Amino acid sequence: MEGNIAELGQYIGAGLACIGMGGAGIGVGTVAGNFLSGALRNPAAAGAQTATLFIGIAFAEALGIFSFLVALLLMFAV
Amino acid sequence: MAKEEAGNGFNIHPMDQFEIKSLFGDGPIHWYSFTNATLWMGLAILAVVLLLVVGTRKRAIIPTRMQSIAEMAYGFVYKMIEDVAGKEGLKFFPYIFTLFIFVLVSNFLGLLPMSFTTTSHIAVTACLAMGVFLTVTIYGFYKNGMKFLGLFWVSSAPLALRPILAIIELISYFVRPVSHSIRLAGNVMAGHAVIKVFAGFAGALGIWAALPIISITAVYGLEVLVAGIQAYVFTILTCVYLNDALHPSH
Repeated sequence: MEGNIAELGQYIGAGLACIGMGGAGIGVGTVAGNFLSGALRNPAAAGAQTATLFIGIAFAEALGIFSFLVALLLMFAV
Repeated sequence: MAKEEAGNGFNIHPMDQFEIKSLFGDGPIHWYSFTNATLWMGLAILAVVLLLVVGTRKRAIIPTRMQSIAEMAYGFVYKMIEDVAGKEGLKFFPYIFTLFIFVLVSNFLGLLPMSFTTTSHIAVTACLAMGVFLTVTIYGFYKNGMKFLGLFWVSSAPLALRPILAIIELISYFVRPVSHSIRLAGNVMAGHAVIKVFAGFAGALGIWAALPIISITAVYGLEVLVAGIQAYVFTILTCVYLNDALHPSH
């Protein structure tokens, strides 16, 4: 049980950073789910909104990617 | 970098596949070195040129497979720009189409086994995103003059809130190139790393290796989807930013 305390912090921090990905998952799920419920109510209007759907998903997902990046930086770059 | 070998031959190096190596000779990498990134970027450009030049050379009324792929890609981006940024955005069609087809082909080439994914490097995507950011900002000021700053002044909000909103809008505007580039690189890198981690499991499990191999196949299918979607998202966000430059008022 010997080791570097900085390395310990690095691993714990990387693990904690992954919690952020859960938030991105919730966000993407909310966007897609709401799109689906709206699309089933009015299927005729749904086709024109796919671009908006993808933009929404991309914005929600970006923050999860940031937390992934923080985890990667902690693991490999610090 | 954490590279300690675990016992039992169970060592996973998911990030090794992204290493940039000089292809001719060892030694340090200079700006003129011919690396694997250079090779695969060159191959991507070659593939695009082949698709678009050879595909559209005959211009048959009944298109061949290659011609219809080229036409579909063209029509897809054309319609996207028209829908999101309006008719004025079509001025930027060549630029946006170049971005789309380059990112798409790089993503798909990266999915070939043993290949190198150029878009998994933030250096590559940051260059693309910085290009978009500078183009949009400069064009916004060129076209609208100081009215372009109206992008940050949310005139539909109560007056007391506007300065705070302006700061938030300003920050989110400057984060754009960061998120634009990291979204593409992060998605591609994460997917490839996941495949490598599963491959590491397969190496350690012996007879049970079939299980991770099945998962690799599934993840690979997902990656094909992600490669297309991320190219689409990169392009459509370019269109959204361009739309902001063309019509900056809130």
